[in-house]
Amino acid sequence: MAHSVRRDAPELPDFSLLKRLARDQLIYLLEQLPGRKDLFIEADLMSPLDRIANVTTLKQHDVDKLYKVEHKPIVSTSDQMVRGCFLYPLTNWFLFPDVVNADKAFGRFRRYKIIFSPQKFYACENLLEEQGIFGDVTTDEWSFYLLPLDDDIISLELPEFFRDYFLEGDQRWVRTAGSALHLLHSVYGPFSKVYGIGRCSKMAYESWREQVEEGEQRALQAEIGNVFLIDRDVDLVTPLCSQVVYEGLVDDIFRIKCGCVEFCPDVTSSDKSIKVMLNSQDKVFNEIRNEHFSQVFGFLSQKARNLQTAYDKRSGMDIKQMKTFVSEELKGLKQEHRLLSLHIGASESMMKKKTKQDFQELLKTEHSLLEGFEIRECISYIEEHINRQVSMVESMRLLCLLSLTENGLLPKDYRSLKAQFLQSYGIEHLLTFSNLKQLGLLVEQQPGETLTVMESRVGKLVNDKTAGKLTDAFSSLAKKSNFRALGRRINNKWDTIMKWNDISWIFQTFLKVCGCTFSEISALRFLGREKGLKFIVVTTAITNSARLLESMLDNHA
Amino acid sequence: MMRGKPDEDDYWNSSKFKAFTFDDEDDDFTRLKESKRAVNSIRSLVEEEDEEDDVEKVSWSGEPVGSISWSVKETESSIRSTGEVRDQSFPKIHTAPSLPKNSSGYSLSSLFKGKAKTGSFQSFSESFGDPSIRNYAPELRKPKSEYKDYVSDWTPEETVKRMQQGKVYSLEKFRSLQDKLLLLDEAVNAHDGNVITAVLIYLKKSLSKEILFRELITREIALRHYIHYLKEIGEQKLLVELFKSMDRTEDMALMQYRDHLNVRDENKRRDFLKNCLSFPFSPDDATHVQDHYTLLERQIIIEANDKQVESSGQADIFKKYPRKASILNMPIITTLYYSCFYHYGESDGTFSSPANIRKTFRISDKQFLLTCLGARAKLKAWFDVDALFTTKNWLGYTKKRSPIGFHRIVDILQKNNAPVQVLQDYVNLVEDVEQKISLAQKYKCHDVIINTYRDLKDRQQLIVYRGKVEKGSSEYRKIEEILSNSQLRWKN
Repeated sequence: MAHSVRRDAPELPDFSLLKRLARDQLIYLLEQLPGRKDLFIEADLMSPLDRIANVTTLKQHDVDKLYKVEHKPIVSTSDQMVRGCFLYPLTNWFLFPDVVNADKAFGRFRRYKIIFSPQKFYACENLLEEQGIFGDVTTDEWSFYLLPLDDDIISLELPEFFRDYFLEGDQRWVRTAGSALHLLHSVYGPFSKVYGIGRCSKMAYESWREQVEEGEQRALQAEIGNVFLIDRDVDLVTPLCSQVVYEGLVDDIFRIKCGCVEFCPDVTSSDKSIKVMLNSQDKVFNEIRNEHFSQVFGFLSQKARNLQTAYDKRSGMDIKQMKTFVSEELKGLKQEHRLLSLHIGASESMMKKKTKQDFQELLKTEHSLLEGFEIRECISYIEEHINRQVSMVESMRLLCLLSLTENGLLPKDYRSLKAQFLQSYGIEHLLTFSNLKQLGLLVEQQPGETLTVMESRVGKLVNDKTAGKLTDAFSSLAKKSNFRALGRRINNKWDTIMKWNDISWIFQTFLKVCGCTFSEISALRFLGREKGLKFIVVTTAITNSARLLESMLDNHA
Repeated sequence: MMRGKPDEDDYWNSSKFKAFTFDDEDDDFTRLKESKRAVNSIRSLVEEEDEEDDVEKVSWSGEPVGSISWSVKETESSIRSTGEVRDQSFPKIHTAPSLPKNSSGYSLSSLFKGKAKTGSFQSFSESFGDPSIRNYAPELRKPKSEYKDYVSDWTPEETVKRMQQGKVYSLEKFRSLQDKLLLLDEAVNAHDGNVITAVLIYLKKSLSKEILFRELITREIALRHYIHYLKEIGEQKLLVELFKSMDRTEDMALMQYRDHLNVRDENKRRDFLKNCLSFPFSPDDATHVQDHYTLLERQIIIEANDKQVESSGQADIFKKYPRKASILNMPIITTLYYSCFYHYGESDGTFSSPANIRKTFRISDKQFLLTCLGARAKLKAWFDVDALFTTKNWLGYTKKRSPIGFHRIVDILQKNNAPVQVLQDYVNLVEDVEQKISLAQKYKCHDVIINTYRDLKDRQQLIVYRGKVEKGSSEYRKIEEILSNSQLRWKN
């Protein structure tokens, strides 16, 4: 094999290539429709599209106007339309025929094209056919599978995956995951080995193998070594815990969307909010993203002092020195200054929010749940949380955590907590409870089952002698048990790799089927540094407790 | 950390989520593969006959033969080139047909010859007795001119594959029930939800629902796709029938209940909920749905009444604190809060009184207290707050009691901007001394601190605290007074 043992860590593969591929294909699709056209973009696809192409690029290819998809009749001057209904969920898409039929009623005839990303569904085409507009509307696919969010994070941007697969049991995205893997494989492969846990991973693997066998094979320099496929439901505890690393906290509080966060005026200490890209390009962020939040403040203030010293150099400079200072250093310093003040602002705002809701007590409760002690206290904490109508998602998160760690709630507790939840947040959440039950996130303990089941399942993750070792290794990260749980898991995997294979390849890829959190990524980065490896995280979507649970809600029409 | 530990092995193998090995094929799948092989072996026979006449014209799809053989060759070479890498890591999932090396245009047929060899002759003869295959086998023997019109000669496996690749396909030829099911099972085995749904749409159109439901009962994966599809296109009626036929009555009830969210008008929604009461919910859920109906019914009454009172300007409370939003469709606790805010002290008989709501919806003491406390504190009705905790015992003494710790009460009061005079009463009631002091310090209840230290006879702490308060203030004077009191026996 071409790739021999490489222990010196080379640079990560250049994932910007993926963006170029996606852009080229989009341009190709646009050029298939000569002439001026309007482009309608589904809200969910706006941010990913932003990462791929800008308005200028689109304009160069005869795109006249850009609209957000709103399901109402279209007012537009162009007689030819590209309806860029780059839509994932079938549900919203359903209103599309109305738009066309409204057009027809007005006696207008316009050409529509729907471009599905990353793939079209037969069910959609069937609907077009049933509505009698098949032909008036043509369809195409934009195989935009992988969006690099950072040097080491690639996302499929499919937040629906979790609900569709785990709750509804619909496997429509499985092939998509296989295709994404195939794309990765054909550009950066071949992979040396693939490991997996979980049914969905297995199916994605098989789908990928099939596509490999169907397609052509090129001999390439392998840039990715081992691949690990992991189903989200292997560990639902970690994403339900509060995140405590900086990046995770930013995501929990401000919501990072497509690697980009919008800091509210509260943070920017001005009257506008600012959108900021959060990735390794941001030097300040890069240094704090994986740190426990309690250490971030110290770091930031140290950084601020250094910056001050650098600025202070100015005094006592002669004109020539000043000139070099201005031309060489000042710009960098200003940039750093800007970033620093943003992150300090964000930290402050986070602290404020967290002290307001007694973050320490919350963490304590989570910790007790994971360790399995003082469960009654935890239950009464959760109860009060519900009674006081504090954040609904948070209450639900704690309930799920309780159920997962205790292997279900006692029937008495289940009934009482459910009743109180419904009283506090609305009875229509009956539907949410039914979803959570279906998924196994929040269930009643089955009679006869004892706590030992939980001990063997979750206890393995947390209450273990080796966890202690990881506590040392993870230093700040391991302060909170969810990191211990996570680290332990990775360590397990690690041992498996060791057993199976002498490490020859540097890059390990984790494909998280159905979402992965920033904390997990942080833990992987940490482990990578420890072991001299580089991990690339490929996930169907970046998730956190709120996103995960919100996808389970069923209280809207 | 790098050593393999037995207990870790344990986790990997014993966990519910087994690390799969990729070679544990389902029995169903194997069975299906057999029938697939059987079907293929027939084809090879048929095509061999054709082939003798003219190979060039064999075209399944209308595509030129060249392109297919080209793709076959590609597959072949890719299998060869990846073989060594793959073998190392995984046992193969598919026993790929061992392709004979053949670079001529005849490779297509030789591929099937090869397959026929791997598939045993026994299965071939068995399957020949299979009526489903006989159904179309004669058609394949039709004269070539007619044969050309046939586009859809693909086996279930090929059809599914073509659908996955987005190529032209046709489902019409799957007419017998057995063929349809074979196709469905093949789609399920390909793990492609998109194709599974497509096949289900076809089955929905071409099978009576009774038959389809019957077959879906034993096919869990397909069933879930079908349910999801029906949900998405909003075919409620059919879903209800489906659930009914499967005895999944609770699912059915919940699904129908879900529809109330689409009813905007509150009166219609109330009527809808009333209608829901007869659905077969689980006993617990039935109570909740009953509550939901009762709640909305009352909210409608309260809303109508309060709206009128507010606009007529009769009640001070509405003038002083105009309502921010309507109470309709709010949760029970919000309704209780509203009632504690605007309708406090009304007699138990009225729908809007807190006591009535508490009773009707079986609200726990703790919950009631928390909500009531929040509402009265917001109004700064400290007298009401006080009354909430006051109980009289049989001797007529009053005492303050609370189902939740007083430290939480202090917290809630403080969040509602209670003045120090009110706060300190409750801080005093905190039992744990340390907690009491820390709360008192947090909220600057000097009296509590001073008295506590005095009761503890802790002279040192009192001296320290004297340094913290403003000189000459009343607190300061109080500390001085206590410290100079010769009656007290200090412990330090």
